[in-house]
Amino acid sequence: MANLKDLKNRIASVKSTRKITKAMQMVAAAKLRRAQDAAEAARPYAQRMADVVNGLAASVAGSETAPKLLAGSGSDQTHLLVVMTAERGLCGGFNSSIVKAARVRAGQLLNEGKTVKILTVGKKGREQLRRDLSAHLVGHVDLSEVKRVGYENAAGISKQVFDLFDAGEFDVATIFYNRFESVISQIPTPQQIIPAEVPETDTAKSETLYEYEPSEEAILEDLLPRSVTTQIFTALLENAASEQGARMSAMDNATRNAGDMIDRLTIQYNRSRQAAITKELIEIISGAEAL
Amino acid sequence: MADMMQFDLVSPERKLTSVQAYSVQIPAAEGDLTAMPDHAPLITTLRPGVLVVNGADGETRFAVTGGFAEITPSATSVLAERAYPMGQEGRDALQALLDETRAKAASAEGNDRDALNKTADDLAQTISTMN
Repeated sequence: MANLKDLKNRIASVKSTRKITKAMQMVAAAKLRRAQDAAEAARPYAQRMADVVNGLAASVAGSETAPKLLAGSGSDQTHLLVVMTAERGLCGGFNSSIVKAARVRAGQLLNEGKTVKILTVGKKGREQLRRDLSAHLVGHVDLSEVKRVGYENAAGISKQVFDLFDAGEFDVATIFYNRFESVISQIPTPQQIIPAEVPETDTAKSETLYEYEPSEEAILEDLLPRSVTTQIFTALLENAASEQGARMSAMDNATRNAGDMIDRLTIQYNRSRQAAITKELIEIISGAEAL
Repeated sequence: MADMMQFDLVSPERKLTSVQAYSVQIPAAEGDLTAMPDHAPLITTLRPGVLVVNGADGETRFAVTGGFAEITPSATSVLAERAYPMGQEGRDALQALLDETRAKAASAEGNDRDALNKTADDLAQTISTMN
């Protein structure tokens, strides 16, 4: 049986662990608020951008002059998976769930005989994917120095993607990120960004007929890259909120577990202390009787 | 109200303003244009420049770069890649962007260089009006 000193030390150490996880939970809660606000603030722009691009794309789609970002490169042989994870761990299944989604997708594509290339954003995803898919990694974006993701970060990522696309390195690009549903639920989401996906709706009828200045194609040419950047930006923001949400619930669990453990250890401590006392008493009494 | 329309200015990171306006002067890619209520539906791209909003409480100016404007008879929205209210902060940010664009222009060729140089000129002009 563990002696009293050991038990006392263990209780003290679990208590300090609980303090740390409790603090991390509160920090995550504060950061989550900010991340959610940022995601909220970015929504109007992303929404409008998507509306206009979809409207334009629907009218240009099918024409031969459609930009490559919309029409694609005419094949779907090489896929680029942009896997967006966090820079730090201790956030429950956040990183693993994205990596898992990406890994499943990569497996599928490889089975179909396609070429897979992976661009990682965030250290954790890279570390996990390096184990079995290291041959497919083509690049990495480090955001560990970034405190708050800004549009420039998204622009940096999309620039890498465009450079690869212009060089003919891939045909289809998909981003993987966690969509923020609630604090306890984040959904790993794949989203195709190149070629742009145009939802099949008959908006053309109801929409007002716009004049375009300059031409539709020229505007589309200008807007598509922005639209891709905006989608990446939205994904980054969703990811940031999801990460904090996941960390918050993970730390909440950890705090609760530590509490349970302290209770158990305390009971054990008290019992063994009592046992020691009883033993001493018996020794004294039986010693006295023997006289 | 028929003599006013809804005006929104949004950048990727936030919504800068959402007000009722009499007219909005927009630095469009092919020249400035002023949108007023009942304007024909129009979508145009932007060049770096100054956006002038004429609203109920007078004139407000913003510096914008890149993006597009969507004009309908009842509302105008401007989606700018970067947008700053007049002031030192915006000036500094634009100046940084100008330096960056100049540097890029110096190493680019042909059409790209012309486009970048034009952007740089537009930027320089915008900055000079921001005093």
